[in-house]
Amino acid sequence: MDFTFTEDQLSLSDAIHKFLMVEAAPELLREIWETESGRSAEMRAKLADQGLTALSVPEAYGGMGLGDLDWVLIQQELGYYAIPDSLTATAYLAVYLSKALPEDSKLKAHWLPKIADGSARIAVGHPINPFVADAANASLLLLWHADELHALRPSEATLTLNPSIDSSRRLYRVQWTPTDKTRVCGAEQGRELWQGVINRAGVAISAQLLGLAQRMLDLGTDYAAQRKQFGKPIGSFQAVKHHLADVAVKIEFARPVVQRAAQSLATGHPRASLHVSHARLVAGEAARLAARKSIQVHGAMGYTWEADLQMFMKRAWALDSTWGDAIFHKARIAEFVLAEGAALGPAETFTH
Amino acid sequence: MRLEYTERQKKFRAEVREWMAANVPKQALTSFDTKEGFAQHRAWEAKLNEGRWSAVTWPKELGGRSCDLIDWLIFEEEYWRAGAPLRVNQNGVFLLAPTLMEYGTDEQKARFLPRMAAGEDIWAQGWSEPGAGSDMAAIRTKAILEGDHYVINGQKTWSTRAVFADWCFGLFRTDPDSQRHHGLTFILLPLNLPGITIRPIKQLNGLPGFAEIFFDNVRVPAANRLGAEGQGWNVAMATAGFERGLMLRSPARFQKTAQNLVALYQRHREHADRDPSIRDAVLKSWMDAEAYALSTYQTASRLVRGGHIGPEASTNKIFWSELDLLMHETAMRILGARGELMPEAPEAAESAPWLDGFLFAQAGPIYAGSNEIQRNIIAERMLGLPRA
Repeated sequence: MDFTFTEDQLSLSDAIHKFLMVEAAPELLREIWETESGRSAEMRAKLADQGLTALSVPEAYGGMGLGDLDWVLIQQELGYYAIPDSLTATAYLAVYLSKALPEDSKLKAHWLPKIADGSARIAVGHPINPFVADAANASLLLLWHADELHALRPSEATLTLNPSIDSSRRLYRVQWTPTDKTRVCGAEQGRELWQGVINRAGVAISAQLLGLAQRMLDLGTDYAAQRKQFGKPIGSFQAVKHHLADVAVKIEFARPVVQRAAQSLATGHPRASLHVSHARLVAGEAARLAARKSIQVHGAMGYTWEADLQMFMKRAWALDSTWGDAIFHKARIAEFVLAEGAALGPAETFTH
Repeated sequence: MRLEYTERQKKFRAEVREWMAANVPKQALTSFDTKEGFAQHRAWEAKLNEGRWSAVTWPKELGGRSCDLIDWLIFEEEYWRAGAPLRVNQNGVFLLAPTLMEYGTDEQKARFLPRMAAGEDIWAQGWSEPGAGSDMAAIRTKAILEGDHYVINGQKTWSTRAVFADWCFGLFRTDPDSQRHHGLTFILLPLNLPGITIRPIKQLNGLPGFAEIFFDNVRVPAANRLGAEGQGWNVAMATAGFERGLMLRSPARFQKTAQNLVALYQRHREHADRDPSIRDAVLKSWMDAEAYALSTYQTASRLVRGGHIGPEASTNKIFWSELDLLMHETAMRILGARGELMPEAPEAAESAPWLDGFLFAQAGPIYAGSNEIQRNIIAERMLGLPRA
């Protein structure tokens, strides 16, 4: 039993943290909002330089061959900096789907190297989400149809933009016709694959929500330490302190749940879906509370377009309901907890 | 990361499980806040010690098993899973003992720890005073060194277990001219010394779970000092750290309550589901108990690998005390009009343990450093916000 990360895992995420601190300043993110795609080729190239696009691509295809547990720490950083890129769909979800295909699959041989070198952008669509993020500037769409996996070019579909409150997101309604030509794998294998996608998206979003919650807590803390009223920093008042302390508590107890869910995916744990839904719910709770408390601590500034808090709040609000909203995830918890003879109670946490 | 038990850990679990199955009393003991129940619980401590289970993390030569924190979590899971009694000596075993290990002389360890493990000495705590609650540095009870004895005068209060306990540990002002956390000394003393008067305080459930202790020229040998004179604050903070941290409230206890809550809800589901927020609270209870366990395993893993507990330990106290309230409030909502029945009521079999837990849960956010104090600690030491 060892619930810790390796030195290598920690130093990689630490390096990414320091890198993004310089390369993903809020001013830059605001500039990227203004572009049509909401994405930046320069930022993508920098992420690729850091190896992030290659992280879980097998070494045979030019990647680093790392896994779910390595991703979870990186995803916390992507959340902390609200990175506007289709990195997760491309380098985590699409790689997961591609890796599961047979060795002679064209998708695998053609796209994995392009994902690894950062040149491909892949959008992934499943009916659990009404819209497909980043469909228009994707090189390839991987779409669900009746549990099958289909691959097509964006030009083969009709895309309708649905703007999001998060200025960095680009959501599309995708209309398309499945054919034998677009089908990559059938429903039998697809069913399990799509479950794996929902769970990996779930861990990625949970980890990003943790990072976002931490960022909102940090912004609130900084503001409370600087802003003076009645002759002192408002952060010296207990009412303000306790708002922020409550957020710290939520983050502290969400983190291990998220990290365990990642490990369950990495090891193929039979209860991985349960662990992911638990992670989604607690990380969502932490992020929503962080948003609520941080805007309160920011006072009227928090309600402005100018304050950077908005980009982290809006990302959190948006992500919290994608790849399964709280209704979906709570239903998965209920299915387990309320089943007859469910293994609840002490001594059951790690024994199955 | 490896979230599976080793073969050795599995064998250890099986050993605990087997012993508990054979030895846990079939019938629940009477509350240890009664004379009769206190004796029953003392006997249980002795029984635990016979099996060398009363303090598994202690070194073997002191009656323990030299278990690391992961083994301790396994032990606790099996302990609560078996429905074993509350630990009447938790003040000693979980709060004082770690401090004794760190600050005690070899002589003190040999003198106090084996008797503590055997339940021969049950310990009470002596922190609070009428004018020193959350503000513990306001302690005024004096212990003045005269020759080789301290002479103690003053008053302690809210002293848990003091009505029936044998010994007490606490902080006393040994330098009468000192201020705040300077000039305090950590002293251990038997509660039967001349000059000590104990006045029981009835708790919400009507039982004397804590007491006032009055000191009138009480003479305590200087050898009962723990750590250096005047260093009591630092010694006590170590205890407070352990208390807030891992050992006082292992996750297994809350997981057991969450499991019981799910069972209660299932038995009354038809009625309870007329208010959908109850189902939500039941699910949240299970999730939060599980999160508390995961967090504790993560902290334990870090400590086993040489890490330390920092101010984030204060988040524990808030989390488990609020979880405990949530679970018992939810149970009382499910029980409805039967919730108020006293244990002796003929129809209280199902509800009485929940009422008892509900009352005790009210104290959780107050004792061991109120949750307001914990939030201050988090804000100031974890987040770095300025002091008022």
